[in-house]
Amino acid sequence: MIEAKYPVREKKNYLNAEHGLMSWLLTKDHKRIAILYLYAVTFFFVIGGLFAALIRLELATPAGDLLDSNTYNKVFTMHGVIMIFFFLIPSIPAILGNFLIPLMIGAKDLAFPRINLISWYIYMVGGLIGTFVVCTGGVDTGWTFYTPFSSSYSNGYVVLTALAAFINGFSSILTGLNFIVTVHRMRAPGLTWFRLPLFVWAHYATSAVMILGTPVIAVTLFLLMLERGLHIGFFDPAYGGDPVLFQHLFWFYSHPAVYIMILPSMGVISEVISTFSSKKPFGYTFIAFSSVAIAVFGFLVWGHHLFVSSQSAYAGMVFSVLSYIVAIPSAVKIFNWLATMYKGNIRLETPMLYAIGFMGLFTIGGLTGLFLAAMGMDVHLTDTYFVVAHFHYVMVGGAVTGYLAGLHFWWPKMTGRMYPQGWSKVSAIMVFTGFNLTFFPQFLLGYMGMPRRYHVYPPEFAVLNVLSSAGASLLGIGFLIPGIYFIWSLKYGKLAGANPWGATGLEWQTASPPPTENFAITPVVTHEAYDYSTVVHEEEVVHVG
Amino acid sequence: MMEAKSFQLFPEQASTIAAHVDGLYAFLVLVSAFFSLLIAFLVVWFAVKYRQRPDSPAVPAHADDHSAGAMVLEIVWTVIPLGLSMIMFAWGVSIYFTESRPPADSMEIYVTGKQWMWKIQHMEGAREINELHIPIDRDIKLTMTSEDVIHDFYVPAFRTKADVLPGRYTTEWFKPTKVGEYHIFCAEYCGTKHSGMIGTVYVMSQNDYNEWLAHGSGEGSMAEQGQALFNQLGCGNCHPSVINNQNGRCPNLVGLFGTRVELKDGTNVRADESYIRESVLYPESKIVAGYDNIMPTFKGLISEEGMLKLVEYIKSLRTKNGTMSTATPLPVQTGATPQTPTKAGAMKTAARPAGAVPAPAAPQGTR
Repeated sequence: MIEAKYPVREKKNYLNAEHGLMSWLLTKDHKRIAILYLYAVTFFFVIGGLFAALIRLELATPAGDLLDSNTYNKVFTMHGVIMIFFFLIPSIPAILGNFLIPLMIGAKDLAFPRINLISWYIYMVGGLIGTFVVCTGGVDTGWTFYTPFSSSYSNGYVVLTALAAFINGFSSILTGLNFIVTVHRMRAPGLTWFRLPLFVWAHYATSAVMILGTPVIAVTLFLLMLERGLHIGFFDPAYGGDPVLFQHLFWFYSHPAVYIMILPSMGVISEVISTFSSKKPFGYTFIAFSSVAIAVFGFLVWGHHLFVSSQSAYAGMVFSVLSYIVAIPSAVKIFNWLATMYKGNIRLETPMLYAIGFMGLFTIGGLTGLFLAAMGMDVHLTDTYFVVAHFHYVMVGGAVTGYLAGLHFWWPKMTGRMYPQGWSKVSAIMVFTGFNLTFFPQFLLGYMGMPRRYHVYPPEFAVLNVLSSAGASLLGIGFLIPGIYFIWSLKYGKLAGANPWGATGLEWQTASPPPTENFAITPVVTHEAYDYSTVVHEEEVVHVG
Repeated sequence: MMEAKSFQLFPEQASTIAAHVDGLYAFLVLVSAFFSLLIAFLVVWFAVKYRQRPDSPAVPAHADDHSAGAMVLEIVWTVIPLGLSMIMFAWGVSIYFTESRPPADSMEIYVTGKQWMWKIQHMEGAREINELHIPIDRDIKLTMTSEDVIHDFYVPAFRTKADVLPGRYTTEWFKPTKVGEYHIFCAEYCGTKHSGMIGTVYVMSQNDYNEWLAHGSGEGSMAEQGQALFNQLGCGNCHPSVINNQNGRCPNLVGLFGTRVELKDGTNVRADESYIRESVLYPESKIVAGYDNIMPTFKGLISEEGMLKLVEYIKSLRTKNGTMSTATPLPVQTGATPQTPTKAGAMKTAARPAGAVPAPAAPQGTR
């Protein structure tokens, strides 16, 4: 490891090594592919966000006065499909994971650079089909595609939407495969498994879930397309199928998919909290193995989505107890992060603000999951706004907050520029406040019994819905501000040094932005991970070559 | 009155189960609030107390997390959440088992969901749409099915719901404890007017309920209507519905309901609502031992509501103290005299010809 001396900031880096559109579209550089993903994923986040805005606008009044029922149903369906399949699942792994894993392990690239590029193209094909569906009339099944509604009754573009998600799945599988092989085969000399950054551990566990789970959703969506297109009966009782079978197959993937979304985020939080406390993560091995435990147990809990679907009560008991067990590793992570902060040198920079927000929101998201895992409680709460609030606390409060923490943390590395600290802190606080205002009232609505996916609702739910819509506008502005200052920073931001935060990972030992080959000389690792005694800040550029 | 409410923060508690669910909810809220506040407090406290100061050491000392103290901490914050969550698990299961098992003597009501309405049939013959009138302090059991997609019958004030599936029967039960009007919501997304698939439960005093029932449909009880359908479809031509008549081509239906039926493949099945429905619509799927697969399917010839009436008729062919309970069986085709079974054992044999092979000349039937 290079100590106390940072590489000269070269004029040549991965961003300006080549010029022209084709140099991007045909690149095999993992860093450039990460940037391609950044553009595409951000595009889908904006589209999904606009749909969310329409939902909250409509629900600001009890009557269905802005959209008609058909349109409303399409809007929440497209919001879910786009946010889950085209934003949350690829966000951290395909952008930050792609960019950082080779840098963190001291490699020149991922194991299969061409496959990496292909997976972006596959994602784009899926995304374009999805966009086509949005532009030509949409689909109204809900992102869960429950049969027989989706296979026999919906009048939207079910087959095309399923096809988009089906194709997109292959992108996930290839990315997961690439990460696993890379972590196994391409670690720098001296970088043992237990010297890996926790971000890499989290992505390793995520990749395993992607590879094992995604084929199941692919098969399920394929069967759905066959039933809808060719009337081959799998799920619709009218063709001799079993409607609940679809739910089993769907959740066999889609529950683990929740961990595809949250595990990478937890990896980010481990890095950020350690860096901004200048302390080795407390219980490194516990955090690392809790990711693996979540990945394993995550596959055994899908039946907790079916407590009211005529599933056997005894099967339900098994799923219920396993759902509690999968919650424990998450609790272990939270407590270890707290212990990491204890007696640290805490700096409340923007990434740390997001990380702290994550700890609060994810805690509430996780704890309300315990409500839903209790069978007798779930009978009342399932399919109400309580569930909507719960999974937004996990998916937005957890996964998106973690993504924003990571983006703010590694932005100087990715672009070589700093963003304005004042604005970024203001927006972090707005996101946290707006988020709570949007989704906390939904827990109360859920317990009162307001069902999800309701276009029109009884008047006694109005006050809390207005509160929720007000919060959503604050949240929307909180998301918009980073979009503006990130773009601004590309041209006007202060030049970032190699290690502006005083972090330990190998990615901070190379220039910002890194050269195409990542490291001039392959680093040799001689220290444990997170050894802050060897770190020297380079906040601003010291050497320019 | 429901319409008068403009704002509320907690749902009404109007069934026996609601109190149990709210009890568990209070426990969960308490535990969650404790841990959320604890974590929030520690984060803020650490962030303030350990914030970097000009005189902070560049590298803070960090505890060796392989030390005994660190291990104790890891064990403590694994075991305490695990213990608490096992309490939640057991509590949740115990409520669920109560929720999912209707008491044996429940009053039965039949529900058919379709896009986008609830059709409800009372045994006495009354029918209603998007409204459910029930008496207070009685166990009510709903037997439900759907004509199209999956729906879900949800009454927040009773804290219970169950999916309503096409192609099978599901059940839900509750015991209302408070006179009033409560929402029925469809809780499983079912298409365009999903949020319009709502209704009202009217919980009434027993007297009011009796009075309401008296203004019934005038079409007779469900079992009587089922019997009419039974005749109209010609079921009685093969299935004897008089006691101890084993001469039919098909199994005798008297006393069938609730017994275990031996099947041709050596397995057996309980003759419940789902079994009767399946046997009418998919007769080939379960053949009663001793009979052949000769029954045609009635799929497409009978509506889900009609099917429920048939089920109710066949249920009424149960014998109580030696007499037919609701409807009188028709004297069908054979001249066999109804005999009175004296024991439950005799009822069981009615489900299949006890060991006896039907006369060789007679064509054999299903079920």
